[in-house]
Amino acid sequence: MKQIAGWALETARLRGATLAEARIVDERHRALATKNGRIGNASDAESMGIGIRVIADGAFGFAATDNLSRAGVEACAAHAVEIAKASATVKAQELRMAPEPAHQAEWSSPCKIDPFSIPIEQNLELLFAIDQELRKNKGVTLAEANMNFRRYEQWFYSTEGSEIHQTTVTSGAGYAAHSFEGTEIQKRSYPNSFGGQYQNRGYELIQELKLLEHAARVAEEAVALHSADQCPEGVSDIVLDSSQLSLQIHESIGHPIELDRVLGMEANFAGTSFLTLDKLRTLKYGSEIVNAVADATEGHGPGLGTFAYDDEGVAAQRTPIITNGLFTGYLSSRDTASAIGAGRSGGCLRAESWNRLPIVRMTNVSILPGPDPLTREQLIASTERGIYMETNRSWSIDDKRYNFQFGCEIGWEIVGGKRGRMLKNPSYSGITTEFWNSMDAICSRDEWTLWGTPNCGKGQPQQVMGTGHGSAPARFSRIKVGSAYKGNT
Amino acid sequence: MLTRDNASMIFDSLRRHTSADEVELLVAGSRSALTRFANNTIHQNMEEESQHISIRVSFGGRTARATTNKYDEASLRRVVQSAEALARVQEEDPDLLPMPSAQQVAQNAADSGATAVDRYFEQTAAITAQERAAAVGHMVEVARHHALTCAGIFSSAQIVEGIFNSQGVADWYEQTQAEVSITMIGETSSGWQKVNSPDVAQLDPARMAEIAAEKTIASQHPIELTPGKYTVILEPSAVLDAVGFMFWDFGGSALLEQRSFLNDRVGTQLFGANINVWDDVYHPLQAGVPFDGEGMKRHRVKLIENGVVQAVTYARSSAQRMRQSEIAGKVGPIKATGHGFSLPNEIGEAPLNIVFAGPSRAETQCVEQMIASTERGILVTRLWYIREVDPYEKLLTGMTRDGTFLIEDGQIRGGVRNFRFNESLIHMLQNVESMGEPVRAGGEESMDMVVPAMKVRDFNFTETTKF
Repeated sequence: MKQIAGWALETARLRGATLAEARIVDERHRALATKNGRIGNASDAESMGIGIRVIADGAFGFAATDNLSRAGVEACAAHAVEIAKASATVKAQELRMAPEPAHQAEWSSPCKIDPFSIPIEQNLELLFAIDQELRKNKGVTLAEANMNFRRYEQWFYSTEGSEIHQTTVTSGAGYAAHSFEGTEIQKRSYPNSFGGQYQNRGYELIQELKLLEHAARVAEEAVALHSADQCPEGVSDIVLDSSQLSLQIHESIGHPIELDRVLGMEANFAGTSFLTLDKLRTLKYGSEIVNAVADATEGHGPGLGTFAYDDEGVAAQRTPIITNGLFTGYLSSRDTASAIGAGRSGGCLRAESWNRLPIVRMTNVSILPGPDPLTREQLIASTERGIYMETNRSWSIDDKRYNFQFGCEIGWEIVGGKRGRMLKNPSYSGITTEFWNSMDAICSRDEWTLWGTPNCGKGQPQQVMGTGHGSAPARFSRIKVGSAYKGNT
Repeated sequence: MLTRDNASMIFDSLRRHTSADEVELLVAGSRSALTRFANNTIHQNMEEESQHISIRVSFGGRTARATTNKYDEASLRRVVQSAEALARVQEEDPDLLPMPSAQQVAQNAADSGATAVDRYFEQTAAITAQERAAAVGHMVEVARHHALTCAGIFSSAQIVEGIFNSQGVADWYEQTQAEVSITMIGETSSGWQKVNSPDVAQLDPARMAEIAAEKTIASQHPIELTPGKYTVILEPSAVLDAVGFMFWDFGGSALLEQRSFLNDRVGTQLFGANINVWDDVYHPLQAGVPFDGEGMKRHRVKLIENGVVQAVTYARSSAQRMRQSEIAGKVGPIKATGHGFSLPNEIGEAPLNIVFAGPSRAETQCVEQMIASTERGILVTRLWYIREVDPYEKLLTGMTRDGTFLIEDGQIRGGVRNFRFNESLIHMLQNVESMGEPVRAGGEESMDMVVPAMKVRDFNFTETTKF
């Protein structure tokens, strides 16, 4: 690989690049799924190629090819320099890069059991067993189960001297029971909606999820929702389960702290951010008990945002994002860090694969658990009146990340510290900082889960990236609930 | 780029490596480029050339797929082995059909409404990074002229897709694509435009920049209005991003699996009588591959006529399963319409080339006429972050973005802070008061469509945001 990268770097240098980086990626993906007793998916995919990013005439250029011959790579590198020179013709400010030392490293994500070594029939057997268990409940009209594995190997070389070889194995699985009755389609998922739980781990994750053990309950709840009362509209205290809170973190903390958004670079598509530079270390983002970090280091756990080096060779870091409620940090890259005068990148530049330009991405953006022991049941028991909501069903937020609305699959009324009647179609909405300032309790470490969001879309052309979000159940006071159905019931 | 002849040779090689009963090869390749700008600067600029081959093998009722972009003999052998390993261990699926033969494809195509399409334009394929940068430069000049900043993209691509199977099916498609999207940004407001076409000559970046700038200037210092039900005028991009959420339900598999909002509703007056929709890949303003994941020619399908859902789309297998189902008599015509995704897949099929029919010439209203006839309402340039809240009522939530205006007494009064909506698509398409001429529109939440601007009464805004 070093030889292939060398062709790219040398060609770029000779053509006038002042910085060149080559990322060679070899990835493999397996997708298995069942649907109402049939195979929904059974496919393997592999892809290999090189992406070359250069700076020439003070501007970026990027070209990618799957032709790894010497001629193919050299042509690609030359083209990247041409593109950079074209970029330089429309330039309002100079491109500068925050310094980063050269690194030589080998790293692999923790993986006890290689998921590709597990017999396919064993995986299908588990998926069909789940499918069967879900459909034992006659009210279930559609059962879906899936399992996905990915091995992503990357070699990164730069003209600054970095040589980094990283291998990441990702596993994920989940299922959903749908129930159509009368004029309603209801759904319950496990362990999370939209594909389940994902981490940078091996097959041991699948074993730990205890998928089959929860299937009967999930089916029962999907059907029971038809006879549940509608979530009322009004203002209420709410308790969110950790999976729903992880998406809340993703949308209302993770995206607005992306420095490329803050600087306007995503204005045409993903949007900008309310977290303008004057807000750093001045904005009271949340209540005193809100503490959030962006942490790509192994010590944070095997999240989808865990790595040793990002895709421009910056070492993984832990950045305090919210400290006792105060906004304290952004997600950054070498160019965006330099643009705000920061001394070093936060190490958040990531690409979907070899054929995509790396852009600022979430790593593991997590809320820290409360310091004192508090279980979910104790949290509910300490709530006089409220609504407990579980598992995301819909999510939407404006392009500056102020106004959001989330729908959940299921809710329960809380009265006198007890979980009462089931509520269907629960939703809540609000303004980001008002919401986080209303957080008055969060569960402790033993309730904290590092969730994976495998499908975060950003960039043009759009890139899908996995991000991690650690969270624990938490309570929020006086939140607007039920507005999703306002005017529609 | 892969040629048809090269792909055919790869297929012959793959066939030598497999012992499967049947084998199918899908080929996809592209040479694509995208110049991205923000803050009046090109900040990202990329080109990519790639192709991959995807093989499906079938043993009786068992099938699986493997994909690679490595073409040496060892890799081809390995990709075949991967697909075979995934297929062999499966239980037999009695509903899995043999791959179609060339004769079956031809017979099915007879009443498809297929016409020849030519969507490859050399001038699009030949565009360079320097030419894209020059066009961006013109857009930046417009921004500077109005003391604004701009962000957006100029992209271009050549695309090839091919299919070959061991029953003699062989088809190939080439297309070019160009797209410009621009957001103009002022101190308190923004404006947006997006256009795409296979022919780059159809794009006018500087004119788009001017329109986006006009919207930005006209919507500065937005006022906050009370949420509630308003008459709205949705520009074509706003219409497409909303209605796109319902067409995934127009498939036989969605009905069989009871996940469609059309469950028990095909043949009923679901929408207003002025709603007429086709799926038509052959329409002059449409683009895309005219065959499906098994090589079946796409049919023109009348989905909605005078507000009544007439038909849904089918793959071969979903058509067969529907014919045998209890609901066969309640779902309109059942036939393989050439809308299946490549097998195996979890979705089944969907219409991907939506064309709304416009009203008669006399009834067609342009956006300016709609505004002039509106006593009080909201003009919406674009919708954003749309998600489904309720799958059966097709209740959607989302935001307005980049150009939202108050209309009073037939005139635009100025910008308003962006709204959150929670609106049922069924309700929305029952309340369309007038429509414009359908145009090819692009958005961010849905596939491109041919849609008109729409004036809709009682559109449900539930909240506002802070800008």
